[in-house]
Amino acid sequence: MSEGVRFPVDRTAILNFAGALGESNHIYYDEAYARGTALGGVIAPPTFVMASAHWNPFGVFRGIKKIPAPAPDQEAARRIRQAEAGSQAGAHNLARVLHAEQHFEYHKPVCPGMTLTVTTRPGRAWQKQGRRGGLLRFSETISEYRDEGGALVVTARSVGVVTEKTVE
Amino acid sequence: MGRTGANPKLGFGDLQVGQKHEMVVVEDLSRTQIVMYAGASGDFNPIHHDEIFATRVAGYPSVFAHGMLSMGLTGRMLTDWLGDGVLQGFGVRFRAQVWPGDTLTARACVTAIEPEGDEALVKLDVETVNQKGEAVVVGDASARLPRAV
Repeated sequence: MSEGVRFPVDRTAILNFAGALGESNHIYYDEAYARGTALGGVIAPPTFVMASAHWNPFGVFRGIKKIPAPAPDQEAARRIRQAEAGSQAGAHNLARVLHAEQHFEYHKPVCPGMTLTVTTRPGRAWQKQGRRGGLLRFSETISEYRDEGGALVVTARSVGVVTEKTVE
Repeated sequence: MGRTGANPKLGFGDLQVGQKHEMVVVEDLSRTQIVMYAGASGDFNPIHHDEIFATRVAGYPSVFAHGMLSMGLTGRMLTDWLGDGVLQGFGVRFRAQVWPGDTLTARACVTAIEPEGDEALVKLDVETVNQKGEAVVVGDASARLPRAV
């Protein structure tokens, strides 16, 4: 598959991600241990696919990164931009964006050596009056992570919210 | 490519509906850990690492953790308890912000054990609370486990 963001998974990225979670689980870094399990090698933690953000050239939260991630084809680029715009409506105001929900379905383990292709589409959008944050604008993004053979590895549903004011 | 198989740490025979488990997943959360998560995840929203942006521009009392850091910490309770590669689903709502200095305890409660051949799909409610007992993350998870390990 050529469409969508391509996310190559490697052990260093997994090590850094697991390290940030304070992990001590050998399955994330100790290849000798991991080979001795039925998994047959190191795997990534359950929320690791978030790190695909590093490879999304249109990500709102990329920071100052100037190294361009490989450009997906034009149609994919259009869809990714659209999904980003939908999920982060108003995200140009970074101070007002919060993560409301995150859901994962796991189809098979994420392992070093895989290159995942990430396709993203906007889901539902709705508004409600919040107790603390004023008018809350919610929007959903659905992302599919597929392996080189096109098989689903992880499905993710994310809900973002743009708040009218600071939430304390 | 890719692997199948899993590394369960317990079997569904070891579990009962209503059974609870908990783990302290972070004590006195540091700004350093939040920055490590930003670097690892690629989420560089300054609200999570730039104290001046978070306080003066956004109006928050300080920087605060990425929701996904608290979800990742919650996941650590599940994988340390149940095993690796056993989760089938994991979903959460972010209820409240997690601040530097917070201590988080992640809890799970078995809500169903659904046999599927030699294995079972174990369903759980999940909740992570801070040192004041406030829920910061609530959600659910499911895991495929053998009868015994």
